[in-house]
Parts: sequence; structure tokens; C-alpha cells
Amino acid sequence: MSLFDDNVNRRLILKTGLAGAAIATAPFHFVRGAGAADYRNMPKGKSVIFGFNVPQTGAYADEGADELRAYKLAVQHINGEGDGGMLNTFTSKELKGNGVNGKKVEFVTGDTQTKSDAARASAKRMIEKDGAIMITGGSSSGVAIAVQGLCQEAGVIFMAGLTHSNDTTGKDKKANGFRHFFNTEMSGAALAPVLKNAFGTDRTAYHLTADYTWGWSQEGSIKKYTEALGWKTAAAVRTPLGAGDFSQYITPVLNSGADVLVLNHYGKDMVNSLTQAVQFGLRDKQVNGKDFAIVVPLYSRLMAQGAGKNVQGIFGSTNWHWSLQDEGSKAFVKSFGQAYGFPPSQAAHTCYVQALLYADACQRAGSFAPCDVAKALEGFKFDGMGNGATEYRAEDHQCFKDVLVVKGKENPDSKFDVLEVVEVTPRSQVEYKPDLLGGQLGSCNNGA
Amino acid sequence: MDAILLQILNGLDKGAAYALIALGLTLIFGTLGVVNFAHGALFMLGAFCAVTVGKFLSYEVVTLDPSKLTPWGTPAETRTPIVQQWFGDFGAFLVDYSVPFSILFAIPIMLLIGVIMERGLIRYFYKRPHADQILVTFGLAIVVQEIIKAQFGANPIPQAAPVLLAGSADIGAIIGFDPGTVVYPYWRIIYLLFSGLIIGIVFSFLQFTTYGMVVRAGMADRETVGLLGINIQKRFTVVFGLAAVVAGLAGVMYTPILPPDYHMGMDFLVLSFVVVVVGGMGSLPGAVAAGFLLGVLQSFASMNEVKNILPGIDQIIIYLVAVVILLVRPRGLMGRKGVMES
Amino acid sequence: MSQNLEKIKSPLDMEPLTIEIHEVEAASRSNTARNDLILMAVFSAVVLASPWVLAPFGAAYPDLLQRFCIFGIFAIGFNIMFGLTGYLSFGHAAFLGIGSYAAVWSFKLLTMNAIPALFFGVVCAGLFSALIGYVCLRRAGIYFSILTLAFAQMSYNLAYSVLTPITNGETGLQLTLGDARMVDAAFGVERTSSLPITNLFGIKMSGYEGFYLCAIILIISFYISIRIFRSPFGMMLRGIKTNQNRMSYTGINTRPYLLAAFVVSGMYAGLAGSLMAVTDPLAGAERMQWTASGEVVLMTILGGAGTLLGPVLGAGVIKYFENIFSSFNKGILHSAFEFLPDGVADFMVTITHPFVGEGWHLTLGVLFMFIVIFLPGGLMEGAQRIGNLFTGGGKSNADSRSGQTQPAE
Repeated sequence: MSLFDDNVNRRLILKTGLAGAAIATAPFHFVRGAGAADYRNMPKGKSVIFGFNVPQTGAYADEGADELRAYKLAVQHINGEGDGGMLNTFTSKELKGNGVNGKKVEFVTGDTQTKSDAARASAKRMIEKDGAIMITGGSSSGVAIAVQGLCQEAGVIFMAGLTHSNDTTGKDKKANGFRHFFNTEMSGAALAPVLKNAFGTDRTAYHLTADYTWGWSQEGSIKKYTEALGWKTAAAVRTPLGAGDFSQYITPVLNSGADVLVLNHYGKDMVNSLTQAVQFGLRDKQVNGKDFAIVVPLYSRLMAQGAGKNVQGIFGSTNWHWSLQDEGSKAFVKSFGQAYGFPPSQAAHTCYVQALLYADACQRAGSFAPCDVAKALEGFKFDGMGNGATEYRAEDHQCFKDVLVVKGKENPDSKFDVLEVVEVTPRSQVEYKPDLLGGQLGSCNNGA
Repeated sequence: MDAILLQILNGLDKGAAYALIALGLTLIFGTLGVVNFAHGALFMLGAFCAVTVGKFLSYEVVTLDPSKLTPWGTPAETRTPIVQQWFGDFGAFLVDYSVPFSILFAIPIMLLIGVIMERGLIRYFYKRPHADQILVTFGLAIVVQEIIKAQFGANPIPQAAPVLLAGSADIGAIIGFDPGTVVYPYWRIIYLLFSGLIIGIVFSFLQFTTYGMVVRAGMADRETVGLLGINIQKRFTVVFGLAAVVAGLAGVMYTPILPPDYHMGMDFLVLSFVVVVVGGMGSLPGAVAAGFLLGVLQSFASMNEVKNILPGIDQIIIYLVAVVILLVRPRGLMGRKGVMES
Repeated sequence: MSQNLEKIKSPLDMEPLTIEIHEVEAASRSNTARNDLILMAVFSAVVLASPWVLAPFGAAYPDLLQRFCIFGIFAIGFNIMFGLTGYLSFGHAAFLGIGSYAAVWSFKLLTMNAIPALFFGVVCAGLFSALIGYVCLRRAGIYFSILTLAFAQMSYNLAYSVLTPITNGETGLQLTLGDARMVDAAFGVERTSSLPITNLFGIKMSGYEGFYLCAIILIISFYISIRIFRSPFGMMLRGIKTNQNRMSYTGINTRPYLLAAFVVSGMYAGLAGSLMAVTDPLAGAERMQWTASGEVVLMTILGGAGTLLGPVLGAGVIKYFENIFSSFNKGILHSAFEFLPDGVADFMVTITHPFVGEGWHLTLGVLFMFIVIFLPGGLMEGAQRIGNLFTGGGKSNADSRSGQTQPAE
């Protein structure tokens, strides 16, 4: 698709430098170009291009690197290289290891920098310049929502990476966006019964919350479910993102009368606030005759590694963990571990699964057209991807599956072995009505 | 009351880090006239000295055990820590005390880095506009940061305080409150004392040695000191090295409080500039006092009682104070009249 | 206050200008006018033809072209403050952010037409910069920088958290299906089940159409900037940069001039911000962070502060790095070095890999240090030096500059 394939004398334009001529010809060309395709970036050659949009710089660079590893693995497996990973355990057998719809999968990468603007810019590059048919990845909800909005406008499918906020498939859900990862609502629903078993019903919680959308979303969910248990909430304090030293927020906990500290932090903030909370002796404290407890509702193993010994015995939830013993998880851990020498993170898992699910949906739809693919994904039920029986709910494009409640392991075998699964909360318990979180899907957009 | 006492402690502790970084910044600005945006990077490099020492001390020999397999099918690894194996109890002691032990290592390293930085780059910028100095040091900071990231990754790397000092002291019980109300971690108390010590050493060096006297004279009037036939250049190099060491040590000792990552320098940089300005450009006591003051103010602004009245105040308090100070008293808290005043 | 100001001598001005403005040196006024005309014509031609010109560099896709123009406008505006007066603001990103927020709110509340969005973006940024400028300009030099930095950081922190009802915090302000869009509703624009797109009287504002809007605005902005550079007002600002004391002694109150320059450059930033929203209706708080302000400083210096073309050039280079260099992964490198023998190709991939992809920050840092150390006048100075090498004609230019542009020692 060269810019010169329409019959315009380029030298004439340059010579005269007439704005009018340039404006008149450029849209003309693109209108014509667009008319040839049924949808945005319709693959014409022997290959199809996926766009992997992950943080390569900034605080989540390590998670981004892990996501990219998983994507590369997924592409290999779809193209029939390597051992096939989860394709062997996936209940849908449409993908035969010869690419998708007979086309070989290629990929382009971009750096989100964990900033909405940068993420949209790199997604746009992949869509406009590289011809990506689908965008996937990301490691924060702000970015996921921003890129999802972009993909809706551009008319490509967005397969969200690690994003935990309710809004991604709630208030800000979009017809072209799909999320496999769980959300704060599910975390709350899954954690509550475990917390009740471990700490009883007569507890007073103190929340430290990262002062942005995801933090509030999680604070709201945890409050809702713990208060339903009979817990009281002593205070919910907002902390600035990237505060570094949280001591001034932690010391008021000491004499607040609270006996549970809920850290609604993620990433660096989580590592710092947890480390410091432990330093202030909160874990060894006794309040009202009860042992003080700390809860980290969203765990990431990569980050928990950062918090070292401090995570031991602390409850949280996670989307997936490599020590799971189902066939799908085992197959994925095996191929990932053999390729890279260490087990995958939950971010890697969700990204890998999203890539396979997308490819499978294209294959089942027999097309890459976003609306056809979306239809194939909506209401799709599958298993063998590490989370048990799972369904992509049609109403909000959210995956419903079992949620893992985990605890920092007391005696880890290796540095990867930081979390142990305490309970697998069944899907029925974390499911909610689609209209609970608001938002409108709108209609799907083919981009042409 | 106990809450207020705790917030003062928190503030002093945070302020100690600000003060140490601002002290070095002021030293460099006062003597060399250079605005060093790479100073945060020096703080970060200090922290990574501790990380490196920790890594060396916990170096493990990896032997593959083919009889056991990892879940992904490669032979399981057994890791034996070398230092403990070779030195027994003393090795274990070294590993435990790796952070304080890193100080010995960090001093020469940071001095070297400081001297190389000054000789290799900064000295060409003495006569250049501040904007150029800011830009070149900013560029340097980005480069250093990216190298560290390539080497150590982006995630924070926790450094444990020695087991003996990992707990917390019940200060409340000592000074007559109910036990358990004013509890403060040992390591933070040590950090406070340590920064006091460093500040004391720097001040006595400048105050009581001839060398320091010349440096102070150079701060006041560089040209005249040069005319006296004193090689002020060499002293400037030493001052830069000293400032690097101060920033580095602040970083080393801060690692058990804040797990270091490659970006920590940038996080501290803007704040420490604000500290320098509030204290008065070029005033060493001002930098120290402003560091502690802003630390304490920030702690108080974070209290629920305050935040309920003024939401978000903890996010902006430091900048707000800077604006007010600059408008009301532009020379800063303790700046000399006329220095950088405008 | 004005008495206080008479003592002001910006520390940024303590050194003689390292950057001479080429255009100023032109022998006569008519000569300047003719040169400006040529400059304008060439600039317009290149900008409008950039989809063709930049194609060989892999940069000819609408989003990046739009970004080139938008950040070009931002940097041109910044240059009016920094390049002319020497006042280094570290808070200009705040005005960009405000322009974006105002524009998105205009889309949400009024209409999807771009004109009101641009209007409100510029006006809001102008008002805000007048307010901040009025306070910050009481100080000069590094104090001015810190004051602007403080205001920008406060705006960012509040926009990210407490002001979420207005800014939508981390997620960024986005259009929703349920927006009021009162003007559109009054004109009976149909509501669809998909999000409406921004338009200019029916022409959609994404893709190449959006780029041409940006390009035309960039050309107009560039023209205004030339006029400002040549005007008595511009001379006054340059006078402030060279020696503010002298200006004051001649009985001129410099503050109104500074404030006017600050507001103009703030409005430029607002314009850039609202254009960002026009081409991509989203406004996020991180646009206001101090690193974003630092970015425009980098662009201006990289290209050449105080020159007309420099800032646009710098903006282009940095955005190119951010968008293209960051996308190079090992696979792309391998195909780039394919023409070399295997061993050499592998070697080249190994040594270049740390500098692209996730390492693009490193390249930027190195480039930056290189420019500041060896080419304080930015890329424009580099271009001029090369030009002088070939023509040998610009001898007088080279001489007048040679004593100043060399690094000390």
C-alpha cells in the first residue's frame, strides 16, 4: 500500500506546495484504500499481525517483559513450533498448529510506559503503521481502559492483559474489548469467606488505598464484602501513588484500634507499604486480644518476590499461580520454564491465554473481522487453560472462572515459590449480575 | 499526643533522607555553582552498592540435581551459599549485616564515581548556563538509571536489616506513655542517628579543618581564593566526591526502609530540589533544617484529621510550602541575603 | 514589587547567549523578510508533504504525524518563553493538560466539533497560565523554574487523585455514550450505539484528516512565532534575556512583557493539548507530570532554543525515538542487518539491542548528553556547522559564534 499508487504527480505537489492539493489527494487515497477492505487491517498476505503492547520501561517493566515472553510462546504454539503448550489441553481443538485461518502469526511490539498516552500512541502505531489486527497486553487498569477505548474507535479487538479494576469490564466496557483477568469484585467475593475462616467475624479493618481508580475500586469491593461478614472499617486512607515511604500512613494504624490492615496497593507501592508495615511490627502486634493481620487483596508473584520474607502468611488473591496442578497449568509452566528457565507469572499466564483465545476465536469464526471474532468470543465456554471451566460472558466481555486465594508461603523451596494456594473459590461464588458495575458495551466496530 | 509524637518521628526520618541529599546538592551548588540533576542518581547508586554487596555475600553455588525435576522438567537446582560455607558463623554474620557492611564498600566507590563525574563531565560545565547544567546532568541521570535497570531489572530489590535490628523499639514505654502506643523500628532510629552523624562530620570537616575552610572560602568568593594561589579546582573535585559519598551513604542506609529500584533517584530528586530552595540555595544549615522541616510537615499533612479538612493536602504540601517560601522569603529559610536572590 | 524586580538578574542569564539566532543576523530588514518568506514556504511545503517525506523513515502514519505537529506546536510555544526570555519553565505540561481536559469536556458537554474544543482549550490554558505566570514571574532564574515545577506537580497530583470527578484520574477523561453533548443534541445529531467521533463540520478528525488540521495549525503557529520573533515585543523579550537590569534601568517594566510571553506560550501549550484531544479524545493526568514538562525542555534544547525551526525539529526527533525506536525488537534488528554476513549481523544486533526497544530511554539520555556537551545550540547549530562546511560562505556567522559555542575548556 504505497502512498504513491494513486496517480498523483508527487513532484507537482512538492513544487507548488499547495495545501489544497495535498489535502484533496490524501483523503481520496485513503477512502479508496479503505473501500477495498471489509474491516480495518484485513490481512491480505500469508500472515496476520498481532500487536503486543506491554510496559517495557517504567515501574512495570519486569511484568511487561514476562508478558512479552508469554506472547512469543503463544505465537510459537499457534504457528506449530515448540511443544504446543496449552493448545494440547485447551478444550477447543480448532487451532491445528498451522497459524490462524491458514495465515502465519507475526507480531509487533510496543512500549506502554504504563502511561495512557504512550500506550495509545504505541497501539496506534501498531494499528496504523504495522497493520496489527488485534492489540493485547498492559499492566495497569488505566492503560487497559485507555487502549480499550482506542481499539473500539479504531475497530480492532483488544484483549486486555493484566487489569484488575472493575471498570475495564464495568463502567468503561467496550464491545471490542475482552478481559480474561479477574477484577476487584471477584477478589472481594473470593477473599471474604477465607478471611472469615482465618480471622472470624469480629474484626476492624483499616484500609490504605492507592489514590487512583483501581485503588478505590478495590477498597470498595473489599469493604463491601468484609462489612457483609460483620467486620467494621476503622478508616480508609488514601495514599499518593508512588509515595515511597508510607510510614506516616502506617503509624496511625498502630493506635486506631483496628486489627486488620488492608493494603490496596499494587506494584512498587505494595512492596514498599508491606515492607514498612512489617517493619513497624504490625504483623507481631496484638490488638483486642487478637493477632493483628495484614491482607493484600491483589497479589503478584513478581512483586511478592520483591517483598521477600514480609509476605509470609499474608492473604491475598491472584488470577493464576504456576504451582497449580491441573493439566493446562502444568503444560504451560513446562513450555514456559523450558524456554526461559523460570516459571511464568500471572501476567504472563493471562496474556498467553488471551492470545490463544483470540486466535481460537478467529479460527472458529473463520474470519479476522472484529465483529465476527467478538461474536465467537461472546459466551464462549472453555476449559484446560489453568483456571478450570471458564466462560467469556457475553454481556460484559468478562471471563468468569474460579479465583485463587493465596497466602505468602512460610517455607519457600525456591525464590519463585513465594505463594501457596489456600483455596480455589468456585466460579459460582464470585459471579455477579452484569448490570452491577454499570457501563454500556455499545456496538462492535469493524473499523471500515 | 502519641500520634503526634509518632508523626514527628516519621517526619524526622523522612527528613533525614531529604536532608542528606539536599546537603550534597547544596555543597555542589555552593562551591561549584552547578545544579546537579544527577544527584538523585547518586543516591540510587549508593542504594545499589548495598544491593551489589548483598548479592556478592549471598552468592550461591548452583548444582543441578538430575534426580529431582522442576515442574517445567529441568533438573532441580540446589543452591549453597558460598560465604556461609567458607566462613561459617562469621559468614552468616556478614550476610546478616550486609547493609551496614556495604558502607565500607560504598565510600570508596561513591568517591570514585563522584570524582570521575566531576573530572569527566561536570567541570566542563562550570561556566555554562544553569540550563545546560540541568540538562546534561539530567541526561546523565537517565543513562545511569537505564544501565542500572538493564542490570538489576525494574522491580524493587529488598535489603533486610540485620535480624537484631529488624524489630521495633517501644519508645512510648520508655518516656511514660502506655506501652505499645509509640513503637518505632530500630532501623529507622538508626537511620536518624546515622544521618545526624554524617551531617555532623560534614559540618566539622568544613568548619574545623583548613581544607574545609578553603572550601568555605571558595563558596563565598571563588575568584579571590583562586587568586591566592590555591588550587581550588582540586578542592572542588574533592567536594564533589564528598557530596557523592553523602548521597551514596544516604542511599545505602535507606535500603532496608525502602526497597531500592532503578527509579528511586528521580523520585527523590524533585523533592530534594524543593528542599534546597526552601532552605536557601547555598546554605548548608538551611538545607538540613528544611529537609527535616518538610519531612515533618509532610507527615502531619498525611494525618487523617488533616486530610479530612483538606483533601489531597498530603500530595501537595511540600510544593505549597516551596511556593509560599519563594514568594515571601525568596532567599529561603537560612539563605544569605543576596545569594541567588531575585 | 517592581523595585524588587529591578534587582533581578536571572542566573540563567549570567552567561552570554550561547545560541545566536541566525535570522537576526541577516543584514537588513528586507533581507530578513525575504528569508522569512522562504522559510515559511519551505516549512509549509515540508509539513504538508510529510506523509511522503517521512515515509522512508517509517514515520508516515497518521498518529505519529499528528504527534509531530502537536508537539511541534507545544515546543514552538515553549520556545517563545524559554528561547526568547531565557526563563526556563518546568511546568508547561500543566497547560497542555488543561487544554486537553477543556477540550474533552467541550466534547462531552457541547459538541463533537473541534472548533469549540480548540477554543476552550486555548482559553482555559491562557487563563491558567496568566494566573500561574503572575505568581511565578515574581521570581527569576532557578527560582522561577522551581515555582513553575511546584505548580505543575500540584496540578498533576491533584488531577490524579482528588480532582478525579473532573479529570477521571488515572483512567483519563474519556467520552461516554451517555454524554450530554448539548449543542449536538440541539442540532438534532443522532445518537448512535457507538461513540461519536470528533469532527470539523463533518470531516472526521482522526487519521490523515486530523493530521492536516494539525499541520495547518502548526504552520499558522509557526507563522505567528516568526511574527513574534521579529516584532518589537520579541526584541523586548530578547532584551530581557540579554540583560534584564539594563532593561529595567531604561525605565521599562519588564514584567508585563514576561507575563505576556508566558501566557502566549501557555496558550500554545493549551492549543497543543486540545489538538491532542481533538485527534484522540482522551485526557490523562500524566500529561501534566514534571517529566512531561521536562520533555518539552528537551525538545527545545535538542533542536536549538531560540531558533525558529529548532523546537519543531527537536519535537520530531524525540517523538520519533519514543514511537519508532521503542518498537525495534530483536526480530526487526535481525532483518535490518540481514545484508551483513551472519557473524557480523549477530554482532551488530548484540551491540545495538541495548539501545532500542526497551532501551530507547538510554539512547535518548546519551543523545541528550551528546547534544548539550558538543552542540549547545542543538541540532540547528549542527545543521549550520555542516552547512558552513560546504558553503564556506557563512564565515562571519561561524566566527561570531565560535568563541561561544565551544564547551568550556
